[in-house]
Amino acid sequence: MSLSKSVREGSRIALSRVLSQVENNTAAGIQALDELFPYTGKAHKIGITGPPGSGKSTLVNALAKQLRLLEGEPSVAIIAVDPTSPFTGGAILGDRVRMLDLHGDPGIFIRSMASRGALGGLSSQTEALSQVFDAAGYDFILIETVGAGQSEVDIVNLAHTTIVVDVPGLGDDIQSIKAGILEIADILVVNKADRPGADQSLRYLKSMIDMGYRPLASSAGKHKLAESLPQTEAAKSDDHSNLWLPPVLKTTAREFVGIEELVTEILKHQEFLKTTGRWQLKEAWTLREIVRKRIEAILVRDFFQQLPEGFLDEMMTKVVSREISPTTVVRELLAYNQTGIKSHFSE
Amino acid sequence: MTEKKIRVLIAKPGLDGHDRGAKVIARALRDDGMEVIYTGLRQTPDMISEAALQEDVDVIGLSILSGAHNALIPQIIRKLKENGQENVLVFLGGIIPETDIQGMLEAGIYKVYGPGTDTRQVCKDIREAVEVKQAE
Repeated sequence: MSLSKSVREGSRIALSRVLSQVENNTAAGIQALDELFPYTGKAHKIGITGPPGSGKSTLVNALAKQLRLLEGEPSVAIIAVDPTSPFTGGAILGDRVRMLDLHGDPGIFIRSMASRGALGGLSSQTEALSQVFDAAGYDFILIETVGAGQSEVDIVNLAHTTIVVDVPGLGDDIQSIKAGILEIADILVVNKADRPGADQSLRYLKSMIDMGYRPLASSAGKHKLAESLPQTEAAKSDDHSNLWLPPVLKTTAREFVGIEELVTEILKHQEFLKTTGRWQLKEAWTLREIVRKRIEAILVRDFFQQLPEGFLDEMMTKVVSREISPTTVVRELLAYNQTGIKSHFSE
Repeated sequence: MTEKKIRVLIAKPGLDGHDRGAKVIARALRDDGMEVIYTGLRQTPDMISEAALQEDVDVIGLSILSGAHNALIPQIIRKLKENGQENVLVFLGGIIPETDIQGMLEAGIYKVYGPGTDTRQVCKDIREAVEVKQAE
């Protein structure tokens, strides 16, 4: 029996093996992904992002437990991404340490993942892994990004609902996360709310949203996702009832405080996406990104494979000594691969 | 671009709270280019085998300083077999009396390390063992 069939039939060990094959982008992985694709598109993908130490893993732990209590006991998959060392390629994946409460529940599957050089807060294969979980029948997929600063916003291309986690005490310097990350939040959470300053953070975030979201929605063209909005009925209307204003919640994830409210907001957002046509829109966007990224990866790999050995090194030596510029190299490489002419390297 | 990385689960079964050794090893393996899933203290045999299954690791590194190895190790190995994970290599470190080492190896432990072990040796052993396993 093929691995992908075993995955569909609920084998956890087959699922785990397929996840590895897909993560390593092997031929077997690519084939499994292809076979599983028709069964994807059902899961609600929820991204959890925020600065390092803000409690993302602990929040995921609490969230998964709470989601399991919903009617029908929906199953939950967790993909937890931690950074890969830029020097050694190694990684310590420590998110499971905060998720010990989830042990023993067969409806939960946790997979840790190293970012392997990707910079957007995920790994290049995170999306593919979420497809495997989706096809395996998991109802919710929680995707925890690496600790994020300003620009790690790839999660928005993948998740239906993006939760941005903040903590009290970042004070006015909170700008650092707000500029980039606040924009992508569908739900904002002030975690560790038992600490001093939680209410202040809450007020600050709320006022940011009141200022920022209306203009964004009325000039829809500015947002990548909104580019294709005119296709939907909802977007044609200026009716503000079609707007999603990100709620701001307080949680203390370690004590399971505020988690029920968070799940309620997640379900409201799911309902909002589905009734306004944005769910399909996000799907379309995500799938288009997949195609674009895979083509990019293949083209870049093939491009460098076609160059004769040493060709690039030879040119780079000249760049280092300032004989030619990087632009010249780019032009020469493009010309080489387009025409197949022999390089001056072989002359 | 992606590539095959050695994945290692580092866990501390049993009740002792001394995780410095486990962390030193985790760090050394990271610096050797491996992906280390660190699960922390007080792990039951069930938790360890389940984490190993979900993470599809090549290797499990266990650290025991409490003296409970004779009780815990056979349980962990049995759990792994039940899960169909007999391919996973299991290494053991900590305070293991000399007289117990043979028993640990017979129970299915690949190698036992005591205090003062050179971490480079551990990395080397793991790489070699995984290579042999994959060639099988």
